Amino acid sequence: MLSSKADDLACKVRSKDQRGLARVLSMVENGHPLAPPILHSLFNPERSSLTIGITGYPGTGKSTLTNRLITYYRRHGCKVGVIAVDPTSPFSGGALLGDRVRMQEHSTDPGVFIRSMGNRGHLGGLSGTTRDALEVFAAASYDPVLVETMGVGQAEVEIASLADITLLVLVPGLGDEVQTMKAGIMEIGNIIVLNKADRPGIEQLEMFVNASLDLIPDQTARPSVIRCSALSGEGIDKLTDAIVSCVSLGTGRKIIARRRTKLILRSIIREKGRELARKHVSDRYGSVEGAVESILQGKTTPYEIGELLSGFLTNKRENDHERNRD
Amino acid sequence: MDRRIRILIGKPGLDGHDRGAKYIARALRDAGMEVIYTGIRQTPEAIAVAAIQEDVDFVGLSLLSGAHNHLFPEVARLLKEKGGSDIILFGGGVIPEEDIPGLKEAGFKAIFTPGASSSEVVDFIEQEIQTR
Repeated sequence: MLSSKADDLACKVRSKDQRGLARVLSMVENGHPLAPPILHSLFNPERSSLTIGITGYPGTGKSTLTNRLITYYRRHGCKVGVIAVDPTSPFSGGALLGDRVRMQEHSTDPGVFIRSMGNRGHLGGLSGTTRDALEVFAAASYDPVLVETMGVGQAEVEIASLADITLLVLVPGLGDEVQTMKAGIMEIGNIIVLNKADRPGIEQLEMFVNASLDLIPDQTARPSVIRCSALSGEGIDKLTDAIVSCVSLGTGRKIIARRRTKLILRSIIREKGRELARKHVSDRYGSVEGAVESILQGKTTPYEIGELLSGFLTNKRENDHERNRD
Repeated sequence: MDRRIRILIGKPGLDGHDRGAKYIARALRDAGMEVIYTGIRQTPEAIAVAAIQEDVDFVGLSLLSGAHNHLFPEVARLLKEKGGSDIILFGGGVIPEEDIPGLKEAGFKAIFTPGASSSEVVDFIEQEIQTR
């Protein structure tokens, strides 16, 4: 691979050079040609750096909570990395990344590295490259790395595959009991944080959440439910205690390493598969637009093109076999 | 490659008037750029650190308090110290005409004063990014 330059940059990451780390994060985010060889060099499935995911609906206090967790880990002498994801405009491609506003008190602490990311069209609450950025942070020996998702809806659960521990942040006043019974986001928290606990409706929210958790078949996997106020700091000690016991209880580092590796490989397969299919369609019809034109002229249908692609993959496999036999 | 222009918009010093900064941040967002907004009452040190960590192409400072002659050059100095001398600086706010040459000397490529339109800022950025 493009070794010397990539090795040099990987070295900078490992030696904790701030500018180097920032540069490599951009290359990863932008899909720079050097990103794969750098990641190849940095990837370590057995890394010890802990990943904590913080997710929840918009405006539930994820950034303020992240800020509190930074304070906690800094007090324990940890070097803290933060990846904060905010939405990219589907129209302009621009983004307003504002999570740092809530983390100002740590802005000059050399033991804290905060990186904001636009999701750039990726669904799931993260950006498509958050998973790779995490590997880079881990290689620069940030431990833990806090990943704050963008404000999510009901089904953005990618963070759960990526993080060792996921905190789901809920607040009072966002719907009735049925909301806590729904599938998706309500199923992913290792710890459920009931934030803004000074607000009316907190008792009811706690009751609904607990009633929903009572129905989990395996009660040993029951997440803890913690009331707190990220703004005032009340209850944060209970939350950090819950995180610590969750870590020591541990899903098992091996299981997490396997889960994370599977996620990375699956997304790479998906991305490369998409590229390959698009290239094949373009080779045949000039471009995707050209294929649309052919369909509109009645020469083919989207489904026939789909069949064509399946055939292309099967033939390719057979050709590869032939070649291997030769 | 999917490269986006990244810009930090910051407000140094004791000045809570953030309407202008937010307006520009929004306009740059709508022009397809990634804008990191750091909020009000930032120290020059905090702005410089954030600019390095976020690997931005530009830092835009907004100030209406009158302390620009001190705070703007300080941000420029700290950025240079931290290895970010290639980051392009610009500023805006209530800044007297006679202060502009000094700020340009300190490394600011452009100073936008009241009445400047957001498209002037966007044009400036799109032009300057060619030199990066």
